[in-house]
Amino acid sequence: MLRLEKRPQPSKFWNWATPVLAVVLTMIAGGLLFMALGKDPFAAIKMIFWDPLFSPQFAAYSRPQLLVKAGPLILIAVGLAVGFRAGIWNIGAEGQYIIGALCGAAVALWFWPAPGWYIFPLMVLAGAFGGWAWAMIPAILKTRFNTNEILVSLLLVYVAEKILAAMSVGRMRNPDGAGFPGSRNISQYPAASNQELIANTGMHWGVVAAFIAVIFTYIMLHRHILGFQVQLAGQAPRAARFAGVAPARLIVLCLGFSGAMAGLAGMFEVSGPARMISIDFNSYYGFTAIIVAFLGRLHPVGIVLAGLLMALTYIGGELAQFMLGLPSAAIQVFQGMLLFFLLAVDVLSNYRIRLSVREAV
Amino acid sequence: MTEPLLAIEGLTKSYPGVVANSDVTFEIGKGEVHALLGENGAGKSTLVKAIYGLIRPDAGHMLWRGQPYAPAAPQQARAAGVAMVFQHFSLFEALDVAENVALGMDNPPPIRTLAARIREVSNAYGLPLDPGRLVGDLSAGERQRVEITRCLLQDPHLLIMDEPTSVLTPQEVEILFRTLRQLRSEGRSILYISHKLEEIRALCENATVLRLGKVVGRCDPREKSARALAEMMVGTKLHQPERAAHKPGQVLLEVKALDLRAPSAFGTSLKEVSLQVQAGEILGIGGVAGNGQDELLGALSGELRTRPGAVSFKGATVGHFGPTARRALGLLCAPEERLGHAAAPDMSLTENALLTGAWREKLVKNGFINARRARAFAESIIKRFDVRTPGPHVAARALSGGNLQKFVIGREIMQRPEVLVVNQPTWGVDASAAAAIRQALMDLAQGGAAVVVISQDLDEILEVADTFAALNGGRLSAKRPVQGLTMEAIGLLLGGAEGDSDAAA
Repeated sequence: MLRLEKRPQPSKFWNWATPVLAVVLTMIAGGLLFMALGKDPFAAIKMIFWDPLFSPQFAAYSRPQLLVKAGPLILIAVGLAVGFRAGIWNIGAEGQYIIGALCGAAVALWFWPAPGWYIFPLMVLAGAFGGWAWAMIPAILKTRFNTNEILVSLLLVYVAEKILAAMSVGRMRNPDGAGFPGSRNISQYPAASNQELIANTGMHWGVVAAFIAVIFTYIMLHRHILGFQVQLAGQAPRAARFAGVAPARLIVLCLGFSGAMAGLAGMFEVSGPARMISIDFNSYYGFTAIIVAFLGRLHPVGIVLAGLLMALTYIGGELAQFMLGLPSAAIQVFQGMLLFFLLAVDVLSNYRIRLSVREAV
Repeated sequence: MTEPLLAIEGLTKSYPGVVANSDVTFEIGKGEVHALLGENGAGKSTLVKAIYGLIRPDAGHMLWRGQPYAPAAPQQARAAGVAMVFQHFSLFEALDVAENVALGMDNPPPIRTLAARIREVSNAYGLPLDPGRLVGDLSAGERQRVEITRCLLQDPHLLIMDEPTSVLTPQEVEILFRTLRQLRSEGRSILYISHKLEEIRALCENATVLRLGKVVGRCDPREKSARALAEMMVGTKLHQPERAAHKPGQVLLEVKALDLRAPSAFGTSLKEVSLQVQAGEILGIGGVAGNGQDELLGALSGELRTRPGAVSFKGATVGHFGPTARRALGLLCAPEERLGHAAAPDMSLTENALLTGAWREKLVKNGFINARRARAFAESIIKRFDVRTPGPHVAARALSGGNLQKFVIGREIMQRPEVLVVNQPTWGVDASAAAAIRQALMDLAQGGAAVVVISQDLDEILEVADTFAALNGGRLSAKRPVQGLTMEAIGLLLGGAEGDSDAAA
């Protein structure tokens, strides 16, 4: 019989081995899923994890996509990780991402077509502010009325989607667009465009911002008293209050930070890879980033690796969809399984498994 | 010689890294009150869990009235006639007494019949209970009656009691002892677990002493002194805390008419609590758990804010200050719950040193943590307070209760407080660690600090404190000098009788 036995201290080894194990298990279960759909599992897995990077046929297009997709995922996930460590669950990064994009786009469209070096920096500020402000709604409701931030932030995603739809057919619609929904093409407006910084690498300002955020968060979490308080509040809320951490301040801080990061990601996306505001502008980076944050163990460096891996499943998934005719839902299931397996095998970092022979009574 | 009720032979049980019981052998006769003595971690709990069918021993066997006995589950143990009252009650506060009793029974009768039985049995044993009352409204002593009555309804032959008096006032202890003696006269046996030696001497006729999982002695406790029993238990000579007489100095901490609503539904609101503590004084605050101890500590530490004037430190009002600001002034606290309140269980000792020491010990500069200083501070606590651990990198939860408590108290004392408030400083701590902690508190007061010791252990208060006040239902009695205070007077104060309050200091 299998028995779980609590470890005296969490295992450092399993803390980092579980994400790897979860990826392997996801590959196995995903392979079985693809087999059930009548596809060759090995070809599908190879198509998702190998071909985007190394196949001569696809790599030229796919490789730059890796940073393009990983950038926003990492930026959002790093912000979320700070809150998650404190036990503050911002599930609505998707909404903050949309509002950030809308605010950034609004600045760009306001100045269009004037030149000016200050326009892009203003958009960056507007994007961060939009995400921050959207996250302040659950923060204030929680600190004032003790509402549940998970529900409020999640439901605000749907509100944000409605605002996005209204904007793309209303105030932000391209006046020269022949009545089609969607704004002007921001990436073709030089003063506001978030361009690729090095040709054919996918490197744009959003990726730069993601790496700055990673370094900043690493220092904050591991060297600064604020990071200590965040972890303390997450692990032992009562001890945190005893240590003098004000819960309300921490809620405002964590939700605000993750909101600002998500807003920034949205802004860099709309002025770059997504090119414009449109009804289907959002691509669920805000939700996928939750998986990235956990897969990366809520650690900034882990999140970089997890973000790259998750970006790979996006790109490889598209490829598999295109080449093998896998339904897009199968790819989403695949990503979901990753989180599922990760949470399941996580038990290994706190427990060890013992085989015990049941003695006869 | 008659056949024993329960005989245990060569019982052994090990957990990874520790042998909890090693070759334990002893017997309990019919109608015998048998004491199981030992420090925390000596293996008492493991042993009774084996008897009650909660764990299976690795080796050894038990005989129940001469027949092999190996319960695989508590139901089997109860069927044989073993009942147990746990140290931590398993009661639901939102249900009434009869419902709680029914939940713990294997085949509960209809609730109306049960209520009548509860009334009858509890009265017969001098522990009257109203079956219709909500458990949330009962005192700790009454809650224990619920547990005992639940056991008695099963007509047990052997009643196991794990530290039953830790939550009782002296008067309640007397009532409990009367009940236990009545049970003995009916021919029932009792296995009595405690570390309070005077109680064991008053109640038990046989004692088995455990140390590190092994039986190290058997005796008739009535023939031994408490000190001799303690030394059997610890295995070394005990150091008795002592201090010179003190001269009271200026008033360092003052609480004036503090009213505080309980933060939770089952907490206790503080009502017009007033106290004064002078430099060099140790004030002992006695009281049964749940009478406002946690709330009082919270109000003093700053976790619960009060109106500014309710708490003052050296004459300055601090009631509206948070924990960090109070610490900066020199008002330090150590709460009761070690894991999760005083310390973060999964964090290392270095991080836990940072938890309260960050500013006073200058472990943080411009918001950045000085990891080396934090580590050195943790190491100095470990060294000075003899915390047994491989090093400051170890997680707090890996330490034994006594060692972690030494760390927690040491962490505050090392920060040179002017006022230190501790809640249950030696709860669940072994005798030698408890003596070290008490000595440290007394040395602190000797050095001119004011110390408030909130404790349910009256012996502890009598040992360390200069003055005594009782906390009952959120009200604090006037304080009086400990010198000349009898157990009986204390018991009355704890029960809420103010007595002649003009004798107060």
